[in-house]
Amino acid sequence: MQVTLRVRRFNPETDLEPRFQDYTLDVPDHFTVLDALITLRERIDGTLAFRYSCRMAICGSCGMRINGLAGLACKTALRKAVKDGLVTVEPMGNMPVAKDLVVNMEPFWHHLRAVTPYIEPDPARVEPRQEYRIPPERVEELWEAVRCIMCGACFSDCTVDEIDINFLGPAALARASWMVRDPRDGRTTERLRELSKPHGIWDCTHCFYCVQVCPKDVKPMEQILRLRRLAMEAGITDNNGSRHSRAFAESVKETGWLDEFTLVPKSYGWNPVALLPELPTAVRMMTRKGAPSPIHPRRPRADEVRRIFEKIERKEAARRDA
Amino acid sequence: MLRHDVLVVGAGGAGMRAALAAAQAGVDVAILSKVHPLRSHTGAAEGGINAAFSEEDSWENHAYDTIKGSDWLADQDAVEVLTREGPDAVYELDHMGAVFSRGPDGRFLLRPFGAMPIPRTAFAGDTTGHVLLHTLYQQLLKHRVKVYEEWLALDLLVEDGVCAGIIAYEIPTGAVHAIGARAVIFATGGAGRMYANTTNAYICTGDGMAIALRNGALLKDMEMVQFHPTTLPGSGILITEGVRGEGGYLINALGERFMARYAPRMMELASRDVVSRAEQTEIDEGRGVNGCVLLDLRHLGEEKIMSRLPQTRELGITFAGADPVYEPIPVRPGVHYFMGGIHTDLAGRTTIPGLYAVGECACVSVHGANRLGGNALLELLVFGRRAGEDAAEFARNQNSPVEVSEARVRDAERALGRLVSRTEGERWATLRDVLAETMNREMGIFRTEEQMRHCLAVVRELQERYNSIWLDDRGRVYNYDLVSAIELGFLLDVAEAVVVSGLARRESRGAHYRRDHPARDDENWLKHTVVRRDPEGELHLDYLPVKITRWPPAARVY
Repeated sequence: MQVTLRVRRFNPETDLEPRFQDYTLDVPDHFTVLDALITLRERIDGTLAFRYSCRMAICGSCGMRINGLAGLACKTALRKAVKDGLVTVEPMGNMPVAKDLVVNMEPFWHHLRAVTPYIEPDPARVEPRQEYRIPPERVEELWEAVRCIMCGACFSDCTVDEIDINFLGPAALARASWMVRDPRDGRTTERLRELSKPHGIWDCTHCFYCVQVCPKDVKPMEQILRLRRLAMEAGITDNNGSRHSRAFAESVKETGWLDEFTLVPKSYGWNPVALLPELPTAVRMMTRKGAPSPIHPRRPRADEVRRIFEKIERKEAARRDA
Repeated sequence: MLRHDVLVVGAGGAGMRAALAAAQAGVDVAILSKVHPLRSHTGAAEGGINAAFSEEDSWENHAYDTIKGSDWLADQDAVEVLTREGPDAVYELDHMGAVFSRGPDGRFLLRPFGAMPIPRTAFAGDTTGHVLLHTLYQQLLKHRVKVYEEWLALDLLVEDGVCAGIIAYEIPTGAVHAIGARAVIFATGGAGRMYANTTNAYICTGDGMAIALRNGALLKDMEMVQFHPTTLPGSGILITEGVRGEGGYLINALGERFMARYAPRMMELASRDVVSRAEQTEIDEGRGVNGCVLLDLRHLGEEKIMSRLPQTRELGITFAGADPVYEPIPVRPGVHYFMGGIHTDLAGRTTIPGLYAVGECACVSVHGANRLGGNALLELLVFGRRAGEDAAEFARNQNSPVEVSEARVRDAERALGRLVSRTEGERWATLRDVLAETMNREMGIFRTEEQMRHCLAVVRELQERYNSIWLDDRGRVYNYDLVSAIELGFLLDVAEAVVVSGLARRESRGAHYRRDHPARDDENWLKHTVVRRDPEGELHLDYLPVKITRWPPAARVY
């Protein structure tokens, strides 16, 4: 089939600004986007730079934005990516472009290192002579996180990292979720405490982009939500994120609906110093009649909502005991 | 100048295990890799890792299966080291954090693998290499090992016959560096990309083998090229032997489980050379399906496929358009692994003092003429550690300062400059295509004298033409055009050694099957081929005895 690849190019040695360059190729129908790019660099333009290696979605080299969304070029069928004969290929986001589709992934690796992504056994624990005995179900619940190949697609399209590059990001937190739940690790609570700090698990805004773009179905956002639950269960609640989560749930449980008026102060633990910077926003909301009412009556049939909560809480408790 | 006690080249499983051992021995170690360590091809290993884990098993059983699999070309002392140290090497990996599949008792699950009568293969679903690679990288971070990321090794520095470091090309900037080291460990992997049909990643271009050969080290048993029986048509992507280990069938166009004709006892789980030849015979005799046979695992059921072989399903759907839960996957043999490599002893030492080799680029020789699935990951753990420890010891005993002449850097810069500034000639990709197609056709599963002679002539002609290739990219930053050209140079030199070795061996053994000499000939050929290159570039053949300790050669029937 005939396809036009619109490639975002940038050569730091000659270009001041990135530019798009169109290449039209005739390639077999079964080609992936990566196959097409390789044909392009081998036959048409050898100056085009991009990383690739395994071409089977396991090495994580060929992360790039295809039609605006991050993914692996090797896992993307060309015929599915083509729209009106055109595929647009750009470097991943949230990382500086080194050349063409090659990005400098140091910000990504920096965050990975920050979660101490290696098992640290309790020094008091005696290492077994053979393998650790681990029930199969505990191994299986780790798979989702373990299969991350660190391609950077989730980090590229993370909307929180876009505004705050210090956010640890989906991949590093998914890896942390392996470490936290690995029965061989001896720093579980300490890890959860570190992850609960600013730029950690509570900074995710649930935009779902990481889940959507992940080529290995790691579901990073769900890993993050799991870490939040574990942190709260471990009693690590002295932070805005867990207070927000608790205030949200409690107001719905007690009144049947969200009490928006007290949500922010409760999230900040009623700390006036921390709340001060939010004051201008509150004033603006009041003057523009967008402010929630301070009066928060119970909804009729709020008891039914409460019973739902209690049922879930009983289930959760049973799960923890098991 | 950059200096280290131990410099490891290549950051796959073997290189990282070696670097870790050297770091734990307390010397200053760095690791250099042309890609980020997690991009290494070890990550593509799928099926598992062998060792005598269970009570019913013994290292002797594992050793015997390995030696029989090797068609008696493996060195039995090396196999003994591999199989004796095997279980502990894997337990250690488990302690580091590798996530292996477990049985109800919490111990490793074991699956049957080719050419072994009992289950001996531990695994992490069907992404064992991925788990191993990521676990070792985590240890590298833990031990804060310096990584030269995206640096390509160009050449070895040898001063007064002793290895003194390497010359390397920094891909992000185009700078050429000398890195001094008291010991250098090559862990650069295989060279499958000299073939058109290969499971190997694009980075598997024989860099370390070629550099070692050019500097006078020996390449051993290079004719022994493993064809994996189950690779996807077109892309060559690997479908794990674990599929057959879990009970998958190979069927031909007539719906027959044709392995009954070739290996009635082991069937689909005969050794890889046997299964690949059987498949090729079926295809050549007209019982194939579009140049393939079919791998059928429908009878395993969705649940088992999803718990034991999830990646296989993903690969089938994405790259073959076939969901193995509902339809068979078309497969054919493809080049997978080089049993041969840089000749080393049991500590990974090459014939150049201070130069070590380990993993697929090395030949210690535990695989002989045919490797068992699941033994490569074990080899890189066992011999990676040994090489790292010995190199650390070697480095510690050297007192002379590491001095490297900067003139070598300027020589290398000039050579690259000549290549980059050439304004006419052929593209490297054109030559690579000719090489890969020729190797596929003439140096394949079945070989003859005539084919190999023609193949050698083509390779030598390509070496000539290589001297006049030209590049599109003249830049310094991430010049992958230049990187690919350099890699092709490595591939051509290794290919020449493969063909020269194969031409000389006038018998059939393991993966080296000659239609003109179809029988194994222990009387004349129970010996290792070694190739040495003289300073003029001429290759010289020699032979080394096979170390036989307790398992004398016997008939090989599966």
